[in-house]
Amino acid sequence: MEWLKQTRDWLDERFPVMEFWRGHLSEYYAPKNFNFWYYFGSLAMLVLVIQILTGIFLTMNYKPTADTAFASVEYIMRDVKWGWLIRYLHSTGASFFFVVVYLHMFRALLYGSYRKPRELLWIFGVIIFLLLMAEAFMGYLLPWGQMSYWGAQVIISLFGAIPYIGNDLSLWIRGDFVVADATLNRFFSFHVIAFPMVLLGLVVFHLVALHSVGSNNPDGVEIKSKKNDKGIPLDGIPFHPYYTVKDMYGVVGFLIIFAAVVFYSPEMFGWFLERDNFVPANPLKTPEHIAPLWYFTPFYAILRAVPDKFLGVMAMGASIAMLFLLPWLDRSPVRSIRYKGWIFKTALALFIVSFVGLGYLGTVPATPIATGFSRLFSVLYFVFFLAMPFYSKWDKCKQPPERVKYK
Amino acid sequence: MSGEEEVDKNKRRILLAAATAMGGIGAAYVATPFIISMDPSARAEAAGAPVEVDISKLQYGQLLTVEWRGKPVWILRRDAEMLKNMMSLNDMLRDPHSDELSQQPVYAKNDYRSLNKEYMVMIGICTHLGCAPTFRPELGPEDLGPEWKGGFFCPCHGSRYDLAGRVFAGVPAPSNLVVPPYRFVTSTRLLIGVDPEHA
Amino acid sequence: MKHCALRKLCIAGMIAAGLMVSFPGALWASTGKVKLDHANIDIHDTESLRRGAKYFANYCFNCHSIRFMRYSRVAKDLDISEDDVSKTMLFTGAKIGDAMNIALDPEDAKRWFGVAPPDLSVVTRSRGVDWIYTYLRSFYKDESRPWGVNNAVFKDVAMPHVLWELQGLQEATTGTINSKEGVEHTVITGFNLIEKGKMNPDEYNNVVRDIVTFLAYVGEPTKATRLNLGRWVLGFLAVYFVVMFLLKKEYWKDVK
Repeated sequence: MEWLKQTRDWLDERFPVMEFWRGHLSEYYAPKNFNFWYYFGSLAMLVLVIQILTGIFLTMNYKPTADTAFASVEYIMRDVKWGWLIRYLHSTGASFFFVVVYLHMFRALLYGSYRKPRELLWIFGVIIFLLLMAEAFMGYLLPWGQMSYWGAQVIISLFGAIPYIGNDLSLWIRGDFVVADATLNRFFSFHVIAFPMVLLGLVVFHLVALHSVGSNNPDGVEIKSKKNDKGIPLDGIPFHPYYTVKDMYGVVGFLIIFAAVVFYSPEMFGWFLERDNFVPANPLKTPEHIAPLWYFTPFYAILRAVPDKFLGVMAMGASIAMLFLLPWLDRSPVRSIRYKGWIFKTALALFIVSFVGLGYLGTVPATPIATGFSRLFSVLYFVFFLAMPFYSKWDKCKQPPERVKYK
Repeated sequence: MSGEEEVDKNKRRILLAAATAMGGIGAAYVATPFIISMDPSARAEAAGAPVEVDISKLQYGQLLTVEWRGKPVWILRRDAEMLKNMMSLNDMLRDPHSDELSQQPVYAKNDYRSLNKEYMVMIGICTHLGCAPTFRPELGPEDLGPEWKGGFFCPCHGSRYDLAGRVFAGVPAPSNLVVPPYRFVTSTRLLIGVDPEHA
Repeated sequence: MKHCALRKLCIAGMIAAGLMVSFPGALWASTGKVKLDHANIDIHDTESLRRGAKYFANYCFNCHSIRFMRYSRVAKDLDISEDDVSKTMLFTGAKIGDAMNIALDPEDAKRWFGVAPPDLSVVTRSRGVDWIYTYLRSFYKDESRPWGVNNAVFKDVAMPHVLWELQGLQEATTGTINSKEGVEHTVITGFNLIEKGKMNPDEYNNVVRDIVTFLAYVGEPTKATRLNLGRWVLGFLAVYFVVMFLLKKEYWKDVK
């Protein structure tokens, strides 16, 4: 065991091993009152690792051309030893990534984790979310099923709505006049190399930004404002061993749910693996009902709610752009929902209902009734953000505590 | 109080050990399918499936080439004179008794390097750098010299083999030509890629 | 067309008196979607799979490939000897490890049928087991079609009723329903057997069930393995979860 110590010391003389260990683990202080909502950051990292690992192995056998892609996926499912498991891990992982990320973002809404001094942390996070959506979208083209093809066709054609440059832009993105082999091949390049690298870089930035200011917590009070004579926050505990152990526990709990889906319901009734995608892409035959995967549907519903093509695209973009503005829209004197008044709680409840409602509506055909509700929910969605500068000031808040509430 | 702390430490140690052990086992179980997935797939196995060869029409002195697992497999029918000539070459060979075990199955470790002395089965790839040697059954040709009793000559770097694929001493190739697994399905049908039933 | 619709309405009126048949039939619900019968398959039933493979080879395999399956895989998973599979399923020139492709040229097929018969490797994953079960039992006599039959689940399908010998020939009974928008639709309300086949309805249903079971297996040959392995994985994780919980609780005793 002495040789381990010696190896560590040899490395430490040449590389900031112990500085890292102390600065980010054993002497990095996190609030002791983290609750259930605080598991999702580490779980997001776990799913990222799962996707990269399974992605590497899928890429060993997947063939990114229009003629061979669909067959190569079935080849992986049948002929490659354990290929079926690697494929299901990756497809389930994609959906779980969004479950985890949405819950992770929701935590920020609950506790004001986007407020000063964490605005940059939040901005990195929203950028990661955007890139994640792009990554998932491009990944979904790769199986080259009917839904892959037509989903891509529809979404890329949205770019055509942009005035003046729209058509040229769509042509440039596609590399052809319709979604074709060229599109598939370049989406493969983006999905496998370009975006994962950028995502990894941004996750690093996200963590650096976090560690620079320290975590928020469910009470929204800064633990750094109350330190002992050694400079350690009174309500802080070292990340290692307390949160390494707790997060590992969270990982195992997550893996139980994850494994249950992978082994018992990888299709999830057509929500994770769509039925139409088991039909090879046919550029001459549009499926009856094109819907994006479930995690895009709220934004898709907003897009369809607006009767004008270009304005619909603008609305969809604005719905995500709103997220960037959040740190400056919230003017409440308190961070956490625990000390906010009934106005915010109502607004948040309406927001949740709208978001979930839009999500559902994005999956069904655009009937008059569905469109009506989509419009209502879209309005409520935007009002949550746009009215926030006002209602966050009007809301009657409670006094947050001096120290965090624990036990 | 200190007694209580000691109990705690033990409990921690045990739980940590259990968690680490289970984690290690879990990690090993997770890693296994990924590693195995890199093995030849069912498609590779099908493409590499055994090949049946009909040798009923093969004449004495004739060389038949078939493909197995992407490689050329030679089947040569040797007559009595060829066999006699082969036996006289042992002193000129690097490994006359096929001592290098990796080059042939156990049932081909004999004087003829084959199951049946009449039929020679071997892979037609030079053990030097992978070229395909040429078949030179004629005796004493000008370019190979009067001592040549029939065999194979590799044009790339001049390696020589006898009619049992045994490599000559003093040539670049280090070992005898590889003998693949094979069996006789009937006396006139070979199956390349599978050992004989009671091998 | 008008004449045809009127005729259908008259027939519907007469039959409305109550000429229902033994088949559950395909009924149009008010949403306009066909009500599907439940196939109730069991992919663990090896006998059913074997029968299904046999029927598939005899009736379907001439036109429909299952190109993502290999003969050797069918032999192994269904516990049939490679010899038997070679004799009953292998086309001349194909080897046991080959993919189950067919000799039918897609261009020829297009000319004869109007559309090339699709590969059925993953049809149970796209259409669903119940759809195929209902489809194969919903062919009915229709003189206006090239093969003399139409299908209640797949209107104007290009496929002939390959299993007619076994099922016999049905005719469709029709009725009218009003859609939500108040438009009248003529719909198929059931079937009437007009020509007997070799089998009675129960026997025929079992044949179709076997074929569908085989196709479900073909759609995902690793399903049985997946379900089995899941138990072990979840079992291990459950134990690990308890260990991790105890570990976490123990360390967190420090935090006051």
